[in-house]
Amino acid sequence: MRDVVITGVGAVTPLGVGARTLHERWTAGVCGIVDGEAPCAEYDQADHFSRKESRRSDRFTQLALVAAAEAIAEAGWGADAGGLPVAPDRAGAIIGTGIGGIDTLLGNYKELLGGSAVSPLAVPLMMGNAGAAAISMKHDLEGPSFGVMSACAAGTNAIGVALRAIQHGEADVIVAGGSEAALHPLTRAAFGALDALSTLGISRPFDADRDGFVMGEGAGVLVLEAGDVARARGARILGTLSGYGTTSDAHHLTAPRSDGKRASAAITIALADAGFSADAIDYVNAHGTSTPLNDAAETAALKASLGEHAAKIPISSTKSAIGHLLGAAGAVEAVATVLALRDRVAPPTLGLETPGEGLDLDYVPGQAKAMSVPDGRQARAISTSFGFGGHNAVLVLEAAEAA
Amino acid sequence: MPSTITTEAVEKTVVDALISFGAEPSEVAPATELTTLDIDSLDLAELSQIVDDEYGVSMKSSDVSKIKTVGDIVALIVSKG
Repeated sequence: MRDVVITGVGAVTPLGVGARTLHERWTAGVCGIVDGEAPCAEYDQADHFSRKESRRSDRFTQLALVAAAEAIAEAGWGADAGGLPVAPDRAGAIIGTGIGGIDTLLGNYKELLGGSAVSPLAVPLMMGNAGAAAISMKHDLEGPSFGVMSACAAGTNAIGVALRAIQHGEADVIVAGGSEAALHPLTRAAFGALDALSTLGISRPFDADRDGFVMGEGAGVLVLEAGDVARARGARILGTLSGYGTTSDAHHLTAPRSDGKRASAAITIALADAGFSADAIDYVNAHGTSTPLNDAAETAALKASLGEHAAKIPISSTKSAIGHLLGAAGAVEAVATVLALRDRVAPPTLGLETPGEGLDLDYVPGQAKAMSVPDGRQARAISTSFGFGGHNAVLVLEAAEAA
Repeated sequence: MPSTITTEAVEKTVVDALISFGAEPSEVAPATELTTLDIDSLDLAELSQIVDDEYGVSMKSSDVSKIKTVGDIVALIVSKG
């Protein structure tokens, strides 16, 4: 089977524009949550798009395009750097989203109710595959491109599907990730009605006082390449996407299984896919939503899949710094994990003071800590994502050898 | 009530619309080809709505498919008025 490496990462998050900005600010303990929500306040569409491009793309597509542009530039595929390393039909784009262009959808419905015409741009902007389509068009990727929907696991599933597509020879390179821009009164009210949002507006995963997630927006994108293609062109390799596992709870519309059994299975499958034993993992980038149910079920899943090793490694939640990016969360967390592995540092779970009952793993409260990596190999991590509907998806990532 | 159709009024409506779609203002003139302005079928669908709203004139897709320049659009609308 071909190995699949990561040659570029990009992100737009509540901590700023750029993957390094996310990594550096989160590691330093900066929190991007303001007044109980986490918008991408530093993102301005005028910095990235012409007027025409702006009105031809919903915000979720714009965030995906900006993250993709960063990742592609880093991979050295920019037009000034020689463009795609393979023929266009060997390149694709797979982008997950939880909701898609909800602002476009609701804006047009408002026009309709007011007696005005609905825009011919409504459908192409609101469709959940618009992010993948836009990246494909912008960068001339003529291989597989589509959206992935599995709620808050979508970004992770998109990356996993991209891994398989490269392994099985459907494509040699894929721009993969997730995007979400759903900070809208309707989503706020809808998640609120489910009692899923923190009423205090505080994201504190694994804490005894956690009372729900904080909604965020953003995008994360990775450039995935077949290892042979990347090495042949002398690309700078950031890391390896070593494994992927995905399962379903088949249990409840919104609640995870409390025993974390199928989430645990996804971790086990991903580790087996990578060929790693549980004790060969140095860090967990947890889903860690700050909801009472997730953080308890996830802890159970980590204990069941990693055994005693779960208590020996740092486990932290990106959502403590940027809130929950829904369908983008897993992709942004994969980006954050790649950079954390490179620096061998586990960024902190912010806001965690007193762990909840039974939550007795090392959740890296408050401050970043160094990973303990055995001699003779690179740092390895798993990144977990779980979505409403019972979708579980897990990635195994490994740092590249220092150049 | 729809506005009265004159070439001048229609030209202003069309030019304003094309600029709002993202066309470069300095390039929008009657002789300019729509492809030069990066105006495509989706823009023309939006323009049809504006024209219908403003003048009560409906631009059919069979009419629109023959359009090449900014001036063609104006002429089409005026001819239907």
